[in-house]
Amino acid sequence: MTRDEIKDVILEIIADIDEEADFSHLDAEAPLRDQLDLDSMDFLDIVMELRKRYKLQIAEEEYPQLATLASCVNYLEPKLQHV
Amino acid sequence: MKPSLENQRIVITGVGLVAPGASNLTDFRANLLAGKSGITTIDLRYMGVHPAGICSFAETRYRKKRENSRGTRAGCIGVYCANEALVDAAIDFSEYDRAATGVYIGLTEHGTVETENEVYNIGQYNYDVNYWTHHHNPRTVLNNPAGEITMNLGLTGPHYAIGAACAAGNAALIQGVQMLRLGEVDLALCGGISECVGSFGIFASFRSQGALAEHADPTKASRPFDRDRNGIVISEGGSIFTLERLDRALARGAKIYGEITGYAMNSDAKDFVLPYGPRQRQCMELALRRADLAPKDITILNAHATGTKQGDIEECNAIRETFADCPQTWINNTKSSIGHAMGAAGVLELAGNLPAFTDHLVHPTINLDNLDPECALPGLVVGVPRQLERVDALLNNSFGMLGINSVVIVERFVAK
Repeated sequence: MTRDEIKDVILEIIADIDEEADFSHLDAEAPLRDQLDLDSMDFLDIVMELRKRYKLQIAEEEYPQLATLASCVNYLEPKLQHV
Repeated sequence: MKPSLENQRIVITGVGLVAPGASNLTDFRANLLAGKSGITTIDLRYMGVHPAGICSFAETRYRKKRENSRGTRAGCIGVYCANEALVDAAIDFSEYDRAATGVYIGLTEHGTVETENEVYNIGQYNYDVNYWTHHHNPRTVLNNPAGEITMNLGLTGPHYAIGAACAAGNAALIQGVQMLRLGEVDLALCGGISECVGSFGIFASFRSQGALAEHADPTKASRPFDRDRNGIVISEGGSIFTLERLDRALARGAKIYGEITGYAMNSDAKDFVLPYGPRQRQCMELALRRADLAPKDITILNAHATGTKQGDIEECNAIRETFADCPQTWINNTKSSIGHAMGAAGVLELAGNLPAFTDHLVHPTINLDNLDPECALPGLVVGVPRQLERVDALLNNSFGMLGINSVVIVERFVAK
C-alpha cells in the first residue's frame, strides 16, 4: 500500500466509528484524539479493525505510534508494504 | 400499611415505552384496545423463522448512531424510554437535581445477545480471542442499560439493574418506590428492558423446554388461556416510568397517571422453571394488604399469562381463589397482543393499562378462540374492550423463573 492509501484506510476506519468526523482541517502531525471526538475505546476500535483487515497484531507498547495520522502512516507503511 | 403523608405517597408522572407495534403510550393503548397484535417473525441465527415481538422506534432521537453502535440494544431502548418518560413528565431538571435521580432497571438477563454475537464473530477468525471485542465487558455488565441512560442524560445519582427474571420490571418499580420513600433519591426512573429477541439461545432454550410458541400466523401465536396455546412468544421492548413523591409532583403541577399504593414480592422456593399458584396467591394478597384494599376493590387485574400450559393454569387458580367473589374485578392480559417482553413485561403491561383510569376501558385478551376451562375466570375480558364507569385500581402480576413473584397495585390518584 502507498502512504496515501494507508492514510485513506485510517480515515475510512475513523469515519466508520464516527460518521460525523470532520477531516477538513486535520493536521497530520497533531494527535488525532486532540482533533477528533475519539476516546480510548475508539482508539482500540482502530487497532481491532486493522487486525481484522490486515491481520496486524499491534503490541500495546506500540500504540503511541498511532497517535497522529503521520505517525500512523510511518508505522504502518513497512507492515503493509505487500498488501 | 398505605402511607398517608404526601412525601411518602409515590405517583407515576411520566411514561416512556417501546413495544412491538408501538413506540409511545398513545399508539400502544390504541393497539391494545383494537385487539391488534404487534407480533411478527424473526429469522434468527441457527433457529430459523419464529414468531417474535420486534420494536421499531426512533433510535437516534436522543442518541447518535455512534453511541448506539458502541452500546447495546438494551441501552438504546433504555435511552429512548428514559428520555420519552422525562418529556412526558415535563421534567427538565430545573426542579430536580441530577445527583438525586436514581435509575433502576429490571432485567431478566443481560449480556446473552452480546456474548453470542462475539462467539460468532471470533468464529470467523478461527476462534482467535485476539478478535474478541474490547466492548464486551462494558456491554455485558449487568448495569449496562441503566448506565447508558445515566451517561446519556448526565444523571449522577445511583443506577443499577434489578435481576428478577420476568418479574424484574415490577421489581424495579418497587425499588424506585422504596428509594423515594427512604429519601435516597427525589426522582426515580424505573422500568424494565429486554433485548432478548437477539439471542438464539433464549429461543432454543424455551423450545427445548417445550415452551416456545409456534403458529402459522405469528399474530395468533401468543394465546394465553386458549386451549391450543403452546408457549411463549419472545419479544423485545422496554418501559420506564418517572416516579415522584406526591408533594413534589403536586408542587410542580405534574400530570399524575396513578399512585403506587401496594406491592409485594416473594419466592416459590420450589422449582427452576415451573410456577406455583399458591405462592402467587400469597403475593397478591400481601400486596392487597399493603394497599389496604380488599380483592373486590381491584378494578382491573393484568395477568402474567405467558401462554404456557401450566403457567396459565397455576395463575388462574391463584386468581380464582383470591378473587372468588369480585364481580366488579375485570381480568385481562397484555402478552396476547405483544408477546412476552421478559424484564420489560411488568412495566410495559402496567403502562398499557394506566390509561384505563381516564378512558375507563379494559383492554381485552386476544387470540382466545377456545377458552381452556381451567383458565375460565369470571370477569375475563375477551376480544373487545369492556367499558366501565370508573377504574379505581389496577393489580399487575409479573412472575419469573426460579420462582420469583411480584405484584404491583396502582390506584387512581385522589388527593386526600
